[in-house]
Amino acid sequence: MGNLIRSKRFWLIAPAVLYIGFFMAVPLGQMAYVSILERGDYGAVNWGVFSFDAYASFLFERDLMDNLMFNTDYLQIFARSFGLSAMTMVFALVLGFPTAFYISMQPQARRNFLIFLVTIPFWTNILVRNYAWMLLLRNGGLIDNGLAWLGYESGGLDILYTPYAVSIGLTYTYLPFMVLPIYASLEKLDHRLIEAAFDLGADKWRAMTRVILPLAAPGIAAGCILVFIPCLGAYVTPELLGGGKFMMIANLIGSQFGAARNWPFGAALGFVLLAFVLLSMMIYAMKFKSLPEEKL
Amino acid sequence: MSDIVVSARSVSKIFGNGPEQVRALDDVSVDICQNEFFTMLGPSGCGKTTLLRLIGGFEQATSGDILLEGQVLNDLPPYKRPINTVFQSYALFPHLTVRQNITFGLEMKGMPRREANGRADEMLDLVQLAPYGDRMPSQLSGGQQQRIALARALAPAPRVLLLDEPLSALDLKLRKEMQIELKRLQTETGITFVFVTHDQEEALAMSDRIAVMQAGKILQIGSPRDIYESPTHRFVADFIGESNFLHGEVRQTDGGAAVLTLAGGREIALAAMPVSGPRDNVTISIRPERLALYARNDQKDGLTGTIRDIVYFGTDTTYHIDLGPSGTDARLTVRVQNREGEGREFERGAQVGVTVPVDAIRVLAD
Repeated sequence: MGNLIRSKRFWLIAPAVLYIGFFMAVPLGQMAYVSILERGDYGAVNWGVFSFDAYASFLFERDLMDNLMFNTDYLQIFARSFGLSAMTMVFALVLGFPTAFYISMQPQARRNFLIFLVTIPFWTNILVRNYAWMLLLRNGGLIDNGLAWLGYESGGLDILYTPYAVSIGLTYTYLPFMVLPIYASLEKLDHRLIEAAFDLGADKWRAMTRVILPLAAPGIAAGCILVFIPCLGAYVTPELLGGGKFMMIANLIGSQFGAARNWPFGAALGFVLLAFVLLSMMIYAMKFKSLPEEKL
Repeated sequence: MSDIVVSARSVSKIFGNGPEQVRALDDVSVDICQNEFFTMLGPSGCGKTTLLRLIGGFEQATSGDILLEGQVLNDLPPYKRPINTVFQSYALFPHLTVRQNITFGLEMKGMPRREANGRADEMLDLVQLAPYGDRMPSQLSGGQQQRIALARALAPAPRVLLLDEPLSALDLKLRKEMQIELKRLQTETGITFVFVTHDQEEALAMSDRIAVMQAGKILQIGSPRDIYESPTHRFVADFIGESNFLHGEVRQTDGGAAVLTLAGGREIALAAMPVSGPRDNVTISIRPERLALYARNDQKDGLTGTIRDIVYFGTDTTYHIDLGPSGTDARLTVRVQNREGEGREFERGAQVGVTVPVDAIRVLAD
């Protein structure tokens, strides 16, 4: 231990460890504590009075006779969030893979420029970008007018404040998180392997499915996780593009800490979400630990 | 000559455009025969790999035709050509096992898996790696990966096998083994091999015929013996083995014999008058091992000189000789085999005569 404290490495990582330890573990512990406390009558919590009601109320509600009744409302919000996140992930993959593939086939100088273009949306505030999408998607907006000009009926777009609008907004927001890891795995890919596939009689489709996709799989999986998980926690986009009519997990949690004044339930929802995310990470880790990425 | 499998007809390939364009191949024509080990030899940038990639279908010729058994291949993509390649870097699929690598080409041809696996085992036997079918390529050594790359390319029984400097990544000992191995595989399978290398020794050891290339052109095509013993160009004589080059003018003597007169006025007898007839500025090449030295104690005619350097190589000794008075730049290298009990030794600085056998002289085309 003395050796460790004297070693340079210890002092190099110490600030990071302290920072993460304090700013991640402490609030997380605090929320875990809140989630098992009793709800206060006027908001906040009754410190020191423990209760698992918050977790129970995720699946059950108490009726007037104080019986526990099975309640699927929150489960539905979770399911909807997972469904929407999955849809967004698929959109991002369908758009992101060809983009990453195209970029990886360009000469080096142009590749760097294109990757730079992909990251440009990060420079703008997320609220501003979502308002921009509202202007684009609303009835009488740019897309609606464009369709009208092309001869389609105006005023009939009706897409703003629907799950589709939310998914479009989320896809736009998280697309770079799909493109970048896929690009990273495609860029490493030896082009002679593609030539070897052609040489051995594989046409373009089979070269893609038998050689390129399997070798890009770790990047694709990483991209899917990087899109899926932040989508689950998306707050601003469902609020604005979903018009608040369309609640996702983060909005539900937000409302528990805000209007509903039910901190324990909000905290409990956070931990249920965390459990789901950890579960999907574990599935990923089990499925991809044997992939040959490090053997390349 | 037996049936022609692959031909290039006036093939040119230009990369890039405008002022930066590079003419990688310049009006190249060549016929490669059935069951032949054909080597394209030249320094890097001579166009040999470009020609190989044109045959494989990875590049398109700017002009000219590539033919396979008389059929023009120009627009056929690589996956439709019955031609397989062993790549310089092997290019084994890292996500597939050795056996899956070998069956890849067979499955693409639609062979049922069971049959393909049987064929893969045959191929593994052929390259003497039978126990390695279930390994991943990354678990094999460089030489083993090389053999798997060969097995994979040979498995679909291609009409032609292209090999792009496949031995360049191996160490010397392994390279020598693989040279013998490649020749054996070519003989056993009866497949036409087109081999690209910049290593003249490799080319001489394995090939039936060699095409020596320089700056996008084929200078000479012939058997290893032809190429080595009768080079037609200075580049060929210089690139393959060592050569002495002497310049002078060719004249006909009164007796009718052809004679090369060097700058210093010395004369070397030629076997016959070159086809081009008497002319100034002729270059001849002589291999160092064809020359012999004798102690010069008389004033006979012939070449004489001073030993400038002696290099001992074990199997033989090389003498560097300044011809004539110092200041003339004509020099000769003479290689003498070291034989037991043949105590014919020369000291540095000694005056010696050089015997030039008439049949060792090659008059070069340029």
